[in-house]
Amino acid sequence: MAIDLHKYANPRRFLKIISAVYPWSVGATGILLVAGLYFGLFVAPPDYQQGETVRIMFVHVPAAWMALSIYTMMAVSSAVGLIWKHPVADLSAKAAAPIGASFTFLALVTGSLWGQPMWGTYWVWDARLTSMLILLFLYLGYMAIWESFEDPNKAAKAATILILVGAINVPIIKFSVDWWNTLHQPASVATMQGPKIHSSILTPLLIMILAYSSFFLMVWIIRVKAEILGRRLRIQQMNALRDK
Amino acid sequence: MRSFLSILRRDLKLSYRQGSAISLSLSFFVIVIVLFPLGVGPELNILSRISAGVIWVGALLACLLTLDRIFQADYEDGSLDLLVLGPLPLEMLILSKVCAHWVSSVLPLIIISPILALSMNMNLAGIWVMVLALLIGTPTLSLIGTIGAALTVGMRRGGVLLSLLVLPLYIPVLIFGVAAVEAATAVLPVTSHLLLLSGISLGAVVVGPVAAAAALRLTFD
Repeated sequence: MAIDLHKYANPRRFLKIISAVYPWSVGATGILLVAGLYFGLFVAPPDYQQGETVRIMFVHVPAAWMALSIYTMMAVSSAVGLIWKHPVADLSAKAAAPIGASFTFLALVTGSLWGQPMWGTYWVWDARLTSMLILLFLYLGYMAIWESFEDPNKAAKAATILILVGAINVPIIKFSVDWWNTLHQPASVATMQGPKIHSSILTPLLIMILAYSSFFLMVWIIRVKAEILGRRLRIQQMNALRDK
Repeated sequence: MRSFLSILRRDLKLSYRQGSAISLSLSFFVIVIVLFPLGVGPELNILSRISAGVIWVGALLACLLTLDRIFQADYEDGSLDLLVLGPLPLEMLILSKVCAHWVSSVLPLIIISPILALSMNMNLAGIWVMVLALLIGTPTLSLIGTIGAALTVGMRRGGVLLSLLVLPLYIPVLIFGVAAVEAATAVLPVTSHLLLLSGISLGAVVVGPVAAAAALRLTFD
């Protein structure tokens, strides 16, 4: 494991690999997004209770899913950076953070737009909505701490500490919010659980999840490349200053 | 252990002699809670319905307000450098500073909270459980807060960042703390909430000092 990781720790090799992957991710994103939206918006049948509004699900559920997976990915990446001093791992977590925050925001917005016709109000203090909101704040805190240090190495370490503490806390927060929700408003949202998911809905949903993932990969590659090049630029600038 | 106690004694003495700090956070706590009846209205049943949440949120904010003092003053006059270089492991140093923070800044809030709860028309069973829950739960606030304080030490505008970093992590304590009080006022069993709170506190004792020590080392690299 450690040996494998170190092979990719060389930023030059890493750049070469992600540059090779990049066109594929663009193509996959395009195809999957078109296919998923087509199946989701035109082929999938409207829900017998929710009618056409159920189609919001195809943009909402994958966004929520991505929000959580990106946070996990950042935590794992930061842990790798901390344990094996892997230089690219911190940058990879940093590059992923704004994307994750955007997905969280998207999930919140589409969720409240979906909530309006379903619950009659844009915002319900539902357990899932609330934990998404907290997740958004965790993302914002993570991004803020990267900005607050001048030395990127220190910022990387500080951000790693923060996200690892956050990752320990996320399950506790999730659990406590679920608990809180069942205490305060029992089963008003439980009617949301419609019939079991039929394959005509499940297929476009899965396609959309794949599309979102490959979209994430695409944007992440752009951002991580920019981070690595920015780091390299900084080193060269500092060397130039020193040589002067 | 001796150096642990001497740092604890030193910090307590410092905060006691600068007495204004204690009374300031205490008056902040009282004022925040007084604002709620003024904002919500004086109906006693509404006040007793929200009292647990209001007092917990007030305690959270008052605790947050004093967090930056854990390291800031020592950082500015340079004594933190000496403490870090000293023989005491950094984790233990932080633990003793957390204890000092809790005793000097949070314990006074807990002592005064029954009076505030009475003014918010909380019933007697609720008050007892609230004090107990505050005693069990607030160490977590100091422990998690010290991670944020260590991360932001030496920053120019660390205070705002500190609240963004720390407040989301406080949510479980808030939820279970309030849940315990509400269960008590509704004459339901409270042990499970208190046990969960203690679990969170014990977890924070493990994670807090280690993470804060790692964060503090960043400043002195």
